[in-house]
Amino acid sequence: MSLLALAYWQETGIKLGLALAVIPTTSLVLVYLFLFKMMAFMQSRLGPNDTGPYGSLQLIAEAIKFLQKEDIHPAQADRRVFRMAPVVVLASTFLLYVVLPAGPDAVVENLDTGVFYAMAVSSLSVLGILMAGWASANKYALLGGLRAAGQLIAYELPLILAVMGVVVQAESLNLQRIVEAQATGEIFGFGAIGNPFILTQFLAFLIFMIAAQAELTQTPFDMPVAETELVGGFHIEYTGFRFLLFFMAEFGTAFAFAALASVMFLGGWWIPGFDVDDNILNILGPGVMLGKILLISFFIFWVRFTYPRLREDQLQKFAWKVLIPLALANIVLTGIFKVVF
Amino acid sequence: MVAQNIFFGILAAVVVVSALRMVTTKNIVHAALYLVAVLAGLGALYVLLTAEFVATTQVLVYIGAVMVLFLFGIMLTKAPLGDMMQMTGKQWPIAALVALLLGGVTVYALLDRFGSDRLVMDGPVYKTADVSDEVFSTYIIPFEAVSVLLLAALIGAIVLARKD
Repeated sequence: MSLLALAYWQETGIKLGLALAVIPTTSLVLVYLFLFKMMAFMQSRLGPNDTGPYGSLQLIAEAIKFLQKEDIHPAQADRRVFRMAPVVVLASTFLLYVVLPAGPDAVVENLDTGVFYAMAVSSLSVLGILMAGWASANKYALLGGLRAAGQLIAYELPLILAVMGVVVQAESLNLQRIVEAQATGEIFGFGAIGNPFILTQFLAFLIFMIAAQAELTQTPFDMPVAETELVGGFHIEYTGFRFLLFFMAEFGTAFAFAALASVMFLGGWWIPGFDVDDNILNILGPGVMLGKILLISFFIFWVRFTYPRLREDQLQKFAWKVLIPLALANIVLTGIFKVVF
Repeated sequence: MVAQNIFFGILAAVVVVSALRMVTTKNIVHAALYLVAVLAGLGALYVLLTAEFVATTQVLVYIGAVMVLFLFGIMLTKAPLGDMMQMTGKQWPIAALVALLLGGVTVYALLDRFGSDRLVMDGPVYKTADVSDEVFSTYIIPFEAVSVLLLAALIGAIVLARKD
């Protein structure tokens, strides 16, 4: 199967090293492509298109700016918790990458609980946000932390319930099995392009994307960091490198959620015409995944740059009264179709 | 075998130290965070026992939901920074005694029943599908009973919280 015979720990070590290198890169790609270039074009921001050729030096300028800033603690802050908080948030992002598949064998660990594990570790970031909000000794930060917790708890439910529809249809929690189910599926007897679940689970896809937008605290769901109301929310007291950790976690998680969406709804790394376990997919798969991820990220950031912020009560009502009932109806419908057909 | 033993030792030490710090710390938020460490350590122990589904559920339910709600509640009501005056109640010797007794009974029961058994290290890895098969066939009645119990608790909470 593989060219090299490696011991388990060697293989895992290489995969972990790759994942560690991939995460900062992914957030840089998203920041450069969407936060700088796309937002600059959409909102007439001059800087990102002027620094260097095609604005390509903006990223380096930002990095130097962050790294030279002084590491400040508020006098009243709880130092240990204050320092730990960004690490907890970033750890949640790193753990997400463990299960994201980019090919038949190109995955750090093909966990049996796959998507369930992804949902579990992505919920850890709330803990870090609450820690940051409390330890900053700042009322705005605490309010931002509490808003974030309320929002993330509310939107985690529709997120998980939307995934349930896919899991029922694929008959597995394992992300690789979900890809295989789509690759070997047929649309009314026509199997050349498989059966991407976005065709049957379009409702789940919509709910998943909306809930993911809220989980990522992107506009229109950015109340936790609403700068006009809370000055900056839970990371108001963070500067320099510690702020950079929050920033990296935000975009790294956005990339991971886009990857989850493309695995569950768009067919993942499979290319029509290849066998599901074809070795060449280990090389071509990551490219296909990257294309799908960038497409989904484009939609996430398009919405972010277009819509104004919701109000706190509208946000909660929307989650509990619209998204959750819809997601439950989707599960029931999927179950009925699964049994009937 | 050796690797498992080493990791068990590390995790057990983390869990025990965090549990002790949780009851001795003077800051209520720190206590909650130590409880997170205890629960995370237990989750890691489940992984060592090849119970992947249980470990994931532990993270999702206890750390991702229960502890977040704990912290949310504490921070919403009162959570002063720095050391608080006194968090240990007057009855702590009795509580310690009860905890010791409970621990003693548990250890005795475990040693009495499994004292000479050895853990099979290359035993079966329980898949998520096995767990769901068991829950929805052998243990269907306890499962349904627990579901109804939780539903009753949910309705009760809503009735208590409603003002009209």
